[in-house]
Amino acid sequence: MEKHFARTEMLPPMAPPVTERGVVKWLRENLFSGWFNTILTLVGLWVIYTLVTAALPWWLNSVWTAGSLAECRDIVVATAGEGATGACWAMIRERWHQFIFGFYPAEAYWRPVLAFGLLFAALGPVLFAGQKRNLTVLLAGVAVFLLVTLVPAHAPLAAVVAAVVLLAVSLGLAQVAPGKLLWFTAVFPALCFWLLWGGSVWTPIVAMLGFAVMGGAYLALVGRLGPTSSALIGVFLALLWWLFLDVPLTGVIDGVLPWGLMSVNSDQFGGFLLAITIGVTAITFSLPIGILLALGRQSDMLIVKTLCVGFIEFIRGVPLITLLFTASLLLQYFLPPNTNFDIILRVIILVTLFAAAYLAEVIRGGLAALPRGQYEAADALGLDYWRAQRLIILPQALKISIPAIVSTFIGLFKDTTLVAFVGLMDPLKGVTQIVRADINWKGIYWEPYIFVGAIFFVICFGMSRYSMYLERKLKTDHR
Amino acid sequence: MSDVAIDRSKMKVSDEVAIQIAGMNKWYGTFHVLRDINMTVNRGERIVICGPSGSGKSTLIRCINRLEEHQQGQIVVDGTELTNDLKNIDKVRSEVGMVFQHFNLFPHLTILENCTLAPIWVRKVPKKEAEETAMHFLRKVKIPEQANKYPGQLSGGQQQRVAIARSLCMRPRIMLFDEPTSALDPEMIKEVLDTMIELAEEGMTMLCVTHEMGFAQAVANRVIFMDQGQIVEQNEPKEFFNNPKSDRTKLFLSQILGH
Repeated sequence: MEKHFARTEMLPPMAPPVTERGVVKWLRENLFSGWFNTILTLVGLWVIYTLVTAALPWWLNSVWTAGSLAECRDIVVATAGEGATGACWAMIRERWHQFIFGFYPAEAYWRPVLAFGLLFAALGPVLFAGQKRNLTVLLAGVAVFLLVTLVPAHAPLAAVVAAVVLLAVSLGLAQVAPGKLLWFTAVFPALCFWLLWGGSVWTPIVAMLGFAVMGGAYLALVGRLGPTSSALIGVFLALLWWLFLDVPLTGVIDGVLPWGLMSVNSDQFGGFLLAITIGVTAITFSLPIGILLALGRQSDMLIVKTLCVGFIEFIRGVPLITLLFTASLLLQYFLPPNTNFDIILRVIILVTLFAAAYLAEVIRGGLAALPRGQYEAADALGLDYWRAQRLIILPQALKISIPAIVSTFIGLFKDTTLVAFVGLMDPLKGVTQIVRADINWKGIYWEPYIFVGAIFFVICFGMSRYSMYLERKLKTDHR
Repeated sequence: MSDVAIDRSKMKVSDEVAIQIAGMNKWYGTFHVLRDINMTVNRGERIVICGPSGSGKSTLIRCINRLEEHQQGQIVVDGTELTNDLKNIDKVRSEVGMVFQHFNLFPHLTILENCTLAPIWVRKVPKKEAEETAMHFLRKVKIPEQANKYPGQLSGGQQQRVAIARSLCMRPRIMLFDEPTSALDPEMIKEVLDTMIELAEEGMTMLCVTHEMGFAQAVANRVIFMDQGQIVEQNEPKEFFNNPKSDRTKLFLSQILGH
């Protein structure tokens, strides 16, 4: 080549060669990038083929209408020939309500359905804070769900109208003042309790007044005594309220205005109603307790720190089943005689504490990941401990811990099936066993477990997707 | 730096005492980091503290807003003595602004939120007013257009200027600078120093740990040299640089100015 070179015309861009584009490139890079990977690909394809050919007829021959397993098998043989196998979803069709509600009275199915729908309306302002569009979509979805399900579930007209009005107001508020919706979130636990267990309407209202006492005492004293002491006094007064005033006051008001719903006992709960009740309550309460434990573990105050470390290590050191047995057997001994402490409530408390101990460690990891400079900057600006935690430290620490927190929640939700060991009717063991004990469905294996597994998967997958959405939304570090 | 034209007309030092430190000692465990520190800072003074690393200069200014605790002696800031009393500490901290080497902006908040957080929650300023103040100081440090970005989207120099604005939003009477330019590229050092010079011109009481000797010559009215946790020498900048008394100071200056 000569020494001097000057380009006289510029080259136009050309398409890459065939092996470097489209499907061919993808196949070569992902499936056949070497002799070893080619073998693995072929083995993989063979495994998939074998699995599909083995399972597909079973799915395709599914029977949806039959009275018993034997009838199912007859239908399969009649349609697909001798020796064919087929799924018997007729069992689900006949028993689905037990998987969902357990032995909850059928005429009251509308109550858990309504509570379930409103649960999302209550979670909405928390899950989608400041996301008007998502919140509106969620509330509209809840409205549609309730309209479709409440009427077939024989809900009284008043309940349907109340739900529709409530959701219409929520939808309106979501457009103008989404923050106000948090008030519904705050009263939802009482409403949900009343819908699920029934009884006098005054029980949850008077119990919620305990929180009003707590908040009122805090607000009245915080100016003089500072946040920590006034919070402690507030909690103490609320405990007095619940221990001494709650029951008599409820009795008095109920004597005058006996409004209520039919009572449902805890042993009638079962299936996913039970799993979701325990799971959602435990998730809701374990997060704040976990945060407090994590902060306590980092505290400079020796007694607070020792108590928190002791609690966390003790709870994490024993299996959940031990705690559940404690809930069903031992807890009764520690309580005043003649207190009839509901078994579901006891289980919820122990599951909450169990999850809180794990969450505390997860959140401690998030706290430890923050650079010291963040604490110093907050201090240097004159923020006191609680404000610094709430505004600077926890938002960042919790953001770092989101994946691990959601993992803990998913684990917790699946662990609710362990309540089968204390005689509660969880969807996996409790209900399935009852169904399989039925003479008509004796010997059915795959179908109930696939059904229960699918519902668990949908719920857990939903939580996982939400956590990924939240991580994306909160990503501000632009690394 | 020394060739920068600086308006010293407003940089008046009053007789009023802003910070009084007397017989102060501090230990980390058994290590004696600060030994018998005595100093008085009058309102309007610009003090540069320099010294080799590990000489306790950062620790000294961190004691002034109680990010570090001293074990002996007295520190009085604006008439408030720093003791274990949390009320006093919070009072001093809200009067004293601090700028860190690594900026320490809050990454989960926008620039504007970084600046309004403390006024809203500590000073109880209404949100709107706090935002106006914040925009005022962001204009002053010449980055009002970044107000709605997050710290991670800004360059180091911009972040440090935001950090200065964030402190100023609390309307502090004293500003502490802990090596504000040590983590910056040379180009960005200038923009931060310019902001600090402007602040000095307005009469802010400033204590500044820095290795920027040009800044010290141009702005400071006193330079303090520390070594091994002690104040070795202090003097007006001209005398300090041209005519150092102690051998330790001479050695330090020859090393830092020698290249």
